[in-house]
Amino acid sequence: MFHRFANPARFSRIASAVLPWSAAITVILFAAGIWFALFASPADYQQGQTVRIMYVHVPSAWMAMACYTFIAVMSVIALVWKHPLADIAAKAAAPLGAAFTIIVLVTGSLWGKPTWGTWWVWDARLTSVLVLFFLYLGHIALTHAFDNPQRGARAAAVLALVGFVNIPIIKFSVDWWNTLHQPASLTRLDTPAIDSSMLTPLLLMAFAFMLYFVTMLLVRMRADLNAARTRALRLSAAERATAS
Amino acid sequence: MIGLALIVRRELKLAFRGGTDAVIAVVFFVLAAVLFPFGVGTDPQMLPRIGGGIIWVVALLAAMLSLERMFASDHEDGSLDLLYLSPVPLGTLALGKALAHWLTTGILLLIAAPVLALLYNLPGTAIGALAASMLLGTPVLSLVGGIGAALTLGARRGGVLLALLILPLYIPVLIFGAGAIDGAVAGRPIGPQLMVLGGFLLAALALAPWATAAALRQAIE
Repeated sequence: MFHRFANPARFSRIASAVLPWSAAITVILFAAGIWFALFASPADYQQGQTVRIMYVHVPSAWMAMACYTFIAVMSVIALVWKHPLADIAAKAAAPLGAAFTIIVLVTGSLWGKPTWGTWWVWDARLTSVLVLFFLYLGHIALTHAFDNPQRGARAAAVLALVGFVNIPIIKFSVDWWNTLHQPASLTRLDTPAIDSSMLTPLLLMAFAFMLYFVTMLLVRMRADLNAARTRALRLSAAERATAS
Repeated sequence: MIGLALIVRRELKLAFRGGTDAVIAVVFFVLAAVLFPFGVGTDPQMLPRIGGGIIWVVALLAAMLSLERMFASDHEDGSLDLLYLSPVPLGTLALGKALAHWLTTGILLLIAAPVLALLYNLPGTAIGALAASMLLGTPVLSLVGGIGAALTLGARRGGVLLALLILPLYIPVLIFGAGAIDGAVAGRPIGPQLMVLGGFLLAALALAPWATAAALRQAIE
């Protein structure tokens, strides 16, 4: 099952078949999510209209962590089974994760100014997400630091696994330390501490972000495979030119 | 165990015979820490409050200076390949390299730190906390730094890249190291911070050589 996708041509075929669907669903989910988030949901009794920032902030926070976890899983697969697509998937996912992390930090700070009265506090949740951003930057820089792309991908895979210690720290930072950032209200064992009128836009936006990630990941992976193929064709053309 | 001792001895010999890296790191440590009072003012009330944090930040940067050479010179002259082929496991090699780095850099920082503490007007208990936190914290810097040194082996602009990779991973050590000194200045117990630092050290001892070995394997193959 898993090695079926090791063939780049087969992967490209599947990706091309999936892409239009995932792109269309992303657009529909974003349209519905933004409609609910901006118009069809109530303002918070304490936070007022600023609560709507949450519909971008929370999904991008989930995706920032999920994307790093995805990279870590791909890194294990790349290091253990030397699966060729895992390297490409991790490389394609890193800039997306960095972008999600930037969105979390910016929207959080925009929400923090009217609500907490400050753009930034050095509490455990905010600091650990900032560290996550630096880990993404290190991963991207390391991937591109070598003349041999294979070597860059493998080094970045080791770094991704070392940096994975940060993910549980982000998740549990609000429980372990007394932070200004509020604890989770959705991912807990009893019923979610959030009203369904606000849960609908939040979940719609979360699925929209997820599908956006899948779509962009497939686009980037396909582009990377095509670039590698172009390089190989150019090389063989140059070789033929010198041989004749 | 014999392999580990041999590697540490080799590294120390090399450091004593040729290298000025370790001395440069300590000179940088003292010099950079001395710069801060010129920048922020010499108020004797304020210096003890910020001194612990500054000394720790500068120690992180100083420990990083000599990291780049940890495997690079062996990689360039081919001795890393020979060490890879020798019966000593790569994890042992990584542990030995980190230990040697600590013996040539961390210990010197540890000796210089109390002098800096006097310049920053730190009270006696805080100097004790500084020494204890650095004793537990600087080996973590060498162990975790080894991962970065192995990862950037053969990279373009390895030095800058190493800083980008390693500094985020140093943040926990900085938080608890500086926290212990702040606690001592404010008269709070510092046991918890030191225990967390000790925990970091044990975790780094167990995991870092293993990660460094994985990174080295990617660099050599």
